[in-house]
Amino acid sequence: MAISGAFDSDLGELQRRLVLLRIGLLLVVALLALRLWHLQIREGPYYRDLSENNRTRSVILEPARGLIYDRNGVLLANNVPSFSLYVSLEDVKDREALIDQLTQLIGLDPALVRKKLAGRGAKQLPRKIKDRLTLKEATVIESHRLDLPGVMIQVESQRNYPSGTAAAHVLGYVGEVSAEQLEKPEFSELHQGSIVGQYGVEKYFDRIMRGLAGQKSVEVDALGHEKRTVVVDQPKAGDDLYLTIDARLQKIAEELLGLESGAIVALDPTTGDILAMASRPAFDPNVLSRELTAKQWVEIVQDEGRPLNNRASQGQYPPGSTFKVMMAAAALETNTVTPSSTVHCNGGYQFGRRLYHDWKAGGHGSVDLHQALVHSCDVYFYTVGQRMGIDTIAAYGHQFGLGEETGVDLPSERVGIMPSTAWKQKAKNEAWLPGETISASIGQGYVTVTPLQMASLIGTLANGGVAYRPRLVQGIMSRDTGHLEELPPIEKHRLKVKQEHLKLIREALADVVTEGTATRAKSSIVTIAGKTGTAQTSALRTGPEKDIPKKLRDHAWFVAFAPVESPKIAVAVLAENMGHGGAAAAPLAKEVIESFVRLTQHAPAAGHVMTHKAHTGSSEF
Amino acid sequence: MIDRVLESRQFDNFDLRFLGLIFLILGIGVLSIYSVTHDQGGIMPFFAKQLVWILLGSVAFLVMQIWDYHRIARWAYPAYVVILLLLAFVLFEGKTSRGAQRWIPVGPFAFQPSEFAKLVLVLVLAHYYSKAPRVGWLQRVVVPGLLMLPGLLLILKQPDLGSGLSFLAVYAAMLLMVGMRSQAMGLILLFSLMLFPFAWEMMWGSLHDYQRQRIMAFVDPDYDPAGKGYHALQSRIAIGAGELTGKGLYGGTQSQLKFLPEGHTDFVFSVFAEEWGFVGVLVLLLLFVALIWLSLEIAARAKDELGALLAVGVVCMLCFCVVVNIGMTAGMFPIVGIPLPLMSYGGSATVMTMASLGLLLNVKRRRLGLFY
Repeated sequence: MAISGAFDSDLGELQRRLVLLRIGLLLVVALLALRLWHLQIREGPYYRDLSENNRTRSVILEPARGLIYDRNGVLLANNVPSFSLYVSLEDVKDREALIDQLTQLIGLDPALVRKKLAGRGAKQLPRKIKDRLTLKEATVIESHRLDLPGVMIQVESQRNYPSGTAAAHVLGYVGEVSAEQLEKPEFSELHQGSIVGQYGVEKYFDRIMRGLAGQKSVEVDALGHEKRTVVVDQPKAGDDLYLTIDARLQKIAEELLGLESGAIVALDPTTGDILAMASRPAFDPNVLSRELTAKQWVEIVQDEGRPLNNRASQGQYPPGSTFKVMMAAAALETNTVTPSSTVHCNGGYQFGRRLYHDWKAGGHGSVDLHQALVHSCDVYFYTVGQRMGIDTIAAYGHQFGLGEETGVDLPSERVGIMPSTAWKQKAKNEAWLPGETISASIGQGYVTVTPLQMASLIGTLANGGVAYRPRLVQGIMSRDTGHLEELPPIEKHRLKVKQEHLKLIREALADVVTEGTATRAKSSIVTIAGKTGTAQTSALRTGPEKDIPKKLRDHAWFVAFAPVESPKIAVAVLAENMGHGGAAAAPLAKEVIESFVRLTQHAPAAGHVMTHKAHTGSSEF
Repeated sequence: MIDRVLESRQFDNFDLRFLGLIFLILGIGVLSIYSVTHDQGGIMPFFAKQLVWILLGSVAFLVMQIWDYHRIARWAYPAYVVILLLLAFVLFEGKTSRGAQRWIPVGPFAFQPSEFAKLVLVLVLAHYYSKAPRVGWLQRVVVPGLLMLPGLLLILKQPDLGSGLSFLAVYAAMLLMVGMRSQAMGLILLFSLMLFPFAWEMMWGSLHDYQRQRIMAFVDPDYDPAGKGYHALQSRIAIGAGELTGKGLYGGTQSQLKFLPEGHTDFVFSVFAEEWGFVGVLVLLLLFVALIWLSLEIAARAKDELGALLAVGVVCMLCFCVVVNIGMTAGMFPIVGIPLPLMSYGGSATVMTMASLGLLLNVKRRRLGLFY
């Protein structure tokens, strides 16, 4: 082929070839049109969805958590406004750069931020990185708004406990829902960053107080700046709780324990309403409800005083002689003894080769049931216990609520141990030894109880044998309707013990205070009945109390009710390592009872007052 | 009297349609620019500046008709030298914007020599072919190729891949038009295909990182949706979300909320497509097709080879820009910086495009001039 022949030269030929261009043009434009048809018509709805997601961000509106009041309407937990830092991952181009910026601006822990951003959660929802920003931190972030696409600050309400550590174990605390919690069905409607009750009433009534999160749909531009709010799904505030607690009595109980470890439970024997539930040492729920560093958390958890332990409902102690109250009822009811039958106490009880001592060297002489209770004669109860046998004792123990859940409205209640042959077989795979019944008869050995169980027990005795479910919440105020729903007291069962027997025991307990082991509980303003207890913590103790290291000393118990004629309050005091109940615990119970009397003689504290309260009157004192 | 009649014949229906199409498309462009930038501050809003460019462009449009295109073509080589010098100047002194040096600041404005280089190349090649002896490959392919090369290299160096491709397109169109036989063109095509892997290798190596990433993003737009694939993805979303009838003026959320970058320049088509939907897009495509059709008409009726070559060069250049720009916004091509003629915001491109169209009209009117 001649090279020059590759070309045609005249204008005509050139213009003829324009046809090629025309065809080419039409083809290409047809292709373009086809492509656009594909994008806009066939895939149009898909891209429309994408563009909607592109421009709108869902922002969770946290619901206001329900408030908590005491029985007189004193505020115990509320919400205060606080700044929270959120990051919308979709708007973040460079995660590490953002973490760097945040670290520099407000000193966040990079590892923590990384973890928060990586955690599970709906992809298009912003992640909460930090709450309780200071005003200064919030200002710094806001002033760098333009450099921080995807970062936003929300004003949210933050849980606040105005009285600090007061009633800490009852109230509990709140915290971010954990990854494990999110997996559970009851938290299915929650999202990363949701606040839930993690302890105490906050946890037990979480569902009621939590409320329902709302959502706003915010139109944002490409830099994540809010343009306008498109849709608002208002959050629904949680309901308010009215506790049975009297904040004033609670405070007094806590102050009585002071720096010692222990618990005081005071309840209304006619309803089961818990008037005070103190556990020391305590924690500040304000601290636990905000984000803790790992170090802070470890410090709290490893604290030897175990401040997170609610000793009232979770502490398990040998009841010591307070157990004799139940023993007395069992002995009378099973006809093991009559009120007038006596046991001779010479200071010890021989069983096989072992001598079981009475606490009083030399013994009490000949004692009947009344005297045995008043002076807390061990030998008397060794004897009757031995006669009844452990399974009978256990049966009555269970009736009185020992080894059973009280059903209190708190999470993680412990039940203690009411031993029996079956229990030992199951728990230890061993046969019950007859000697063990002797220890159990005076509330030692395997027997353990919680202070709450003991308060409930003494309350049941006081009110004539009705076992109420001890409770902390007596009313729920609906935020929707403003309606206050009063929860009726719950009667669990009635003791199968004759009234005359209960009366006998009550009379004996009254004498415990007037002339027996608890004269330190004697009050000039109200009649008090009670029973002391000293729970041995170690069998190897010798010598006087003061020579023993504190943590090996006995726990001091005192359970009481008042006024004797018509009981309005039942109290259980447990003071760890404080020695004898009569000396250490009885005065505390007396203080609580006297305070209660004084408080109820005056008008209740200002605020909302539950209307159904049975004991606002004071005429009976 | 006769003069006057002849004068009036020059503004026959053909001219009115031509002018009408130009200003219709310009108007659509300004509207889209206004829609996407109306909430932006600044001394002078983009749409107002664009009106100034259109005014300047109209002057260029008229100026290109003052002299016979033969006289204009005689200035092709000097003009090319000037543009080469400017392109070289840009490399050393130019204003850097978005990683490329393309602008020469002139007072408060900046002017982009690579845009004008396209028109100058059309002039150079048309002038060359109309004068060159019709012998052999050397004069027909190699020499014009060498003529194009310095400009191409300087432009690619900036880098301005879009203008570089326009250069190649103009060159290819000229080759096609000067009448290579189809067998010869087939041979060249085959040869090119064989060479393609090597060329690709060389090109890939010489590309800037961002260009490579763009091509990667084109191959798989979703591989980095927030990064390099962002433009392509957001543009596709904008166009697709327009659906049949669009979201209405100012209703294009993609563009209004700035998800779509460069909504007033290279991606003005996406803005338009989101707001006016497939219906609007079809109308716009028809307007462009009509304009190009009329331009091809001018080439077909040119009185001589120079006129025809000038017209073909201009048409091919515009056509290439329209197709590649829309193609890249619609995700058919990788993203290269090519503005949409008559619609994208920009002084240099607007003035150059209108000057080119002026040259087209010049070719047409001199044909009629034969009758004087």
